[in-house]
Amino acid sequence: MMKPLTDEQKTNTQTFQEPQLVETNPDFEVRSLDAICVNESHLQHKWYHNLKYVAAGMLLGIIFVKAEVVSWFRIQEMFRLQSFHMYGIIGSAVMVGALSVWLIKRFNIKTIYGETIEFHPKTFNKGQIIGGVLFGLGWAMTGACPGPLYAQIGTGATVIAITLLSAIVGTWVYGYFRDKLPH
Amino acid sequence: MLEWLSQPWPWYVAGPLIGLIVPLLLILGNKSFGISSSMRHICAACAPANVKFFKYDWKKEVWNLFFVVGLFLGALLVTLFFPNPSPISVHPSLAEELAQYGITDISSLVPKQLFSWENVLTLKGFLMMIVGGFLVGFGARYAGGCTSGHAIMGLSTLQLPSLIATVCFMVGGFLMANFILPLILKL
Repeated sequence: MMKPLTDEQKTNTQTFQEPQLVETNPDFEVRSLDAICVNESHLQHKWYHNLKYVAAGMLLGIIFVKAEVVSWFRIQEMFRLQSFHMYGIIGSAVMVGALSVWLIKRFNIKTIYGETIEFHPKTFNKGQIIGGVLFGLGWAMTGACPGPLYAQIGTGATVIAITLLSAIVGTWVYGYFRDKLPH
Repeated sequence: MLEWLSQPWPWYVAGPLIGLIVPLLLILGNKSFGISSSMRHICAACAPANVKFFKYDWKKEVWNLFFVVGLFLGALLVTLFFPNPSPISVHPSLAEELAQYGITDISSLVPKQLFSWENVLTLKGFLMMIVGGFLVGFGARYAGGCTSGHAIMGLSTLQLPSLIATVCFMVGGFLMANFILPLILKL
């Protein structure tokens, strides 16, 4: 499945530059504190290469709805210890995920473009505690973490667009006050 | 196959499939599974407003926006073509508790009596949808990830900070569901 780089990709790789603002703010780690937002691929692709992520997202959306992960009731049951369902899902997902990551490292499995797969250690900060509890409060209210918010809209609960919009506002407000918050 | 697609899936089918999203994204293009960052990219794309946290090359992370569009489309596809035929599962004690607050309609995954356009501007609806949503977005970014980025991707790569975050998600959820939400539902 390894594809050699086309000339166009090579050219783009050479001209690729990190945004200056990120680089000139060493005291303000924009990326490393984040759980994700790490994309170290230096390959540049045409936009339609992203369609494979639409397909991956669709797969996840189908699972979310078929297994009632996006059900407000399932989340309430989880936090009231009334059902094993969500614990089973998260637990088995982590086990399969961890086994896959181990296999990728063990056999040095590459991406479909032949790149080495990279992992990024996260660093601890107080945000994981304070932000984590705040997130949990919101999760039990809305019955949805960010993924299910998108999926719930797809199930026809159009009003959840308001909840999603509010979550985006929350993200923005965090960004605005980030310097003043304990980390 | 079609018949199977029309049945609700048990946890031991859904969980491992969700776990496989982790290697799928890594192998497709070195992407770490995570969803809440999409909201940061939306902020960076639509309203960076000179905030340092949103001044980065969001186009480099655009795969994440394609991914959440897929999430929406997948849910839409199932709802239109392969809906679960049986009523959704609700534990009897939960149904009984919710009935005290007048929530009797358990026909949809998102309870219509709580989450509806008419309720957005009622006090209860405002708290559940607007305040709840705000906490999800604010908290996820403050924690540096959500259930997918920390609980699934982070734990799969054995990250201690992700375990701490996941425990805190659960603490917040337990407090809300058992002690605060009952007060809100009484409103």
